[in-house]
Amino acid sequence: MQIIISNSSKEPIYEQITSQIKKQILTGDLQEGQALPSMRQLAKDLQISVITTKRAYEELEKNGFIYSIVGKGSFVSEQNTEMIKERKMKVIEEKLVEAIENSKDMGIGLAELKEMLTLLYSEEE
Amino acid sequence: MENVIELQNVTKSFKGFQVKDLSIAVKKGFVTGFIGGNGAGKSTTIKLIMNLLKQDSGSISVFGLTHETNERAIKERIGFVYDENIFYENLTLKDMKKIIRPAYQQWDDAIFQKYINQFELPLNKKIKTFSKGMKMKASLAIALSHQAELIIMDEPTSGLDPVFRRELLNILHELMQDGDKTIFFSTHITTDLDRIADYIIFLNDGEHVFTKEFYKIQEDYAIVKGPLDLLDADTEQEFVAVQKSNIGFEGLTGNKERIESLFGESVVLEKPTLEDIMYYTKKGGRLNG
Repeated sequence: MQIIISNSSKEPIYEQITSQIKKQILTGDLQEGQALPSMRQLAKDLQISVITTKRAYEELEKNGFIYSIVGKGSFVSEQNTEMIKERKMKVIEEKLVEAIENSKDMGIGLAELKEMLTLLYSEEE
Repeated sequence: MENVIELQNVTKSFKGFQVKDLSIAVKKGFVTGFIGGNGAGKSTTIKLIMNLLKQDSGSISVFGLTHETNERAIKERIGFVYDENIFYENLTLKDMKKIIRPAYQQWDDAIFQKYINQFELPLNKKIKTFSKGMKMKASLAIALSHQAELIIMDEPTSGLDPVFRRELLNILHELMQDGDKTIFFSTHITTDLDRIADYIIFLNDGEHVFTKEFYKIQEDYAIVKGPLDLLDADTEQEFVAVQKSNIGFEGLTGNKERIESLFGESVVLEKPTLEDIMYYTKKGGRLNG
């Protein structure tokens, strides 16, 4: 597992850790069942406080990326691709709802919004 | 979580100086940094915890025990590193070890020797020939040689060069690996804390300002920079303290979100250092007092 943290970054250190571990799990660099270093070992290696690594691991556990066994350590969870997909779908839905609300505020109708979406979508391709 | 040290409503007065109604706790298995300016009461607090001073009122417990009934048992389990010289100057470190060793049931000569080698300390030279850094290393070697569960250090890094300071932090990280040990240390060199401290206890003028998780400090506090016309009698109240110049102001807030919602894009927010927080708190206290 490779983690690089920057002290000058605006992103809090625990977030830098969680996002890098998440990425490595999603890309398959960290495999299901693989053991992560202990919180205290990781703190020592990164020269940061234990409470920071603890928070990062707790966050990853909460989001289902890793699980912990008392006395044994933390491991990469089985990644349910369906679940990840669903989670991402939910984010898309939320963003779309936001766009719809903004459109309504400005009196933009569905047809016009669809047009905008089509245009933007084709531009991204 | 278990507290290794607990102070409740502790007050200690000297002529012209007071530690006021102090209630603080140090959690087991973590590193707690103890900060505050000169005369904030850090050394007094540490002496109270070590029973080198007696509080006027309030209660102090260490490992859930009090000094009144369990002083010996408590001290056996503490490794104490003190910034002033605690050695007999005319003795060698070898002689000192002979004096100190019988005081601890769990003394381990092999560990002592390991640290003496690691710190490159001479065993047969009189301690008065030691530099400040060497004395600190000697004090640390002794503190670490009797299986202490709690390491208390008063300004351990103040006499040390940057290279040894970094080494010391590695030693402390090493000690923390099993999760059973607790470290409590005061320091002026707040950058040392970035690398190791889990919690920060901040004292200002004998009073407890906060105990916070290290990362929480940067979530709550921010340095705010902006144009002078944003400040008036009301908005200035939002800051711990502000510093004005002809070209704008810089201030410290303990409620970052509120400042963001009040001023939005018209100010610049930056991560504060512990020094920033100490400086503005002191400044704010002086203005209000």
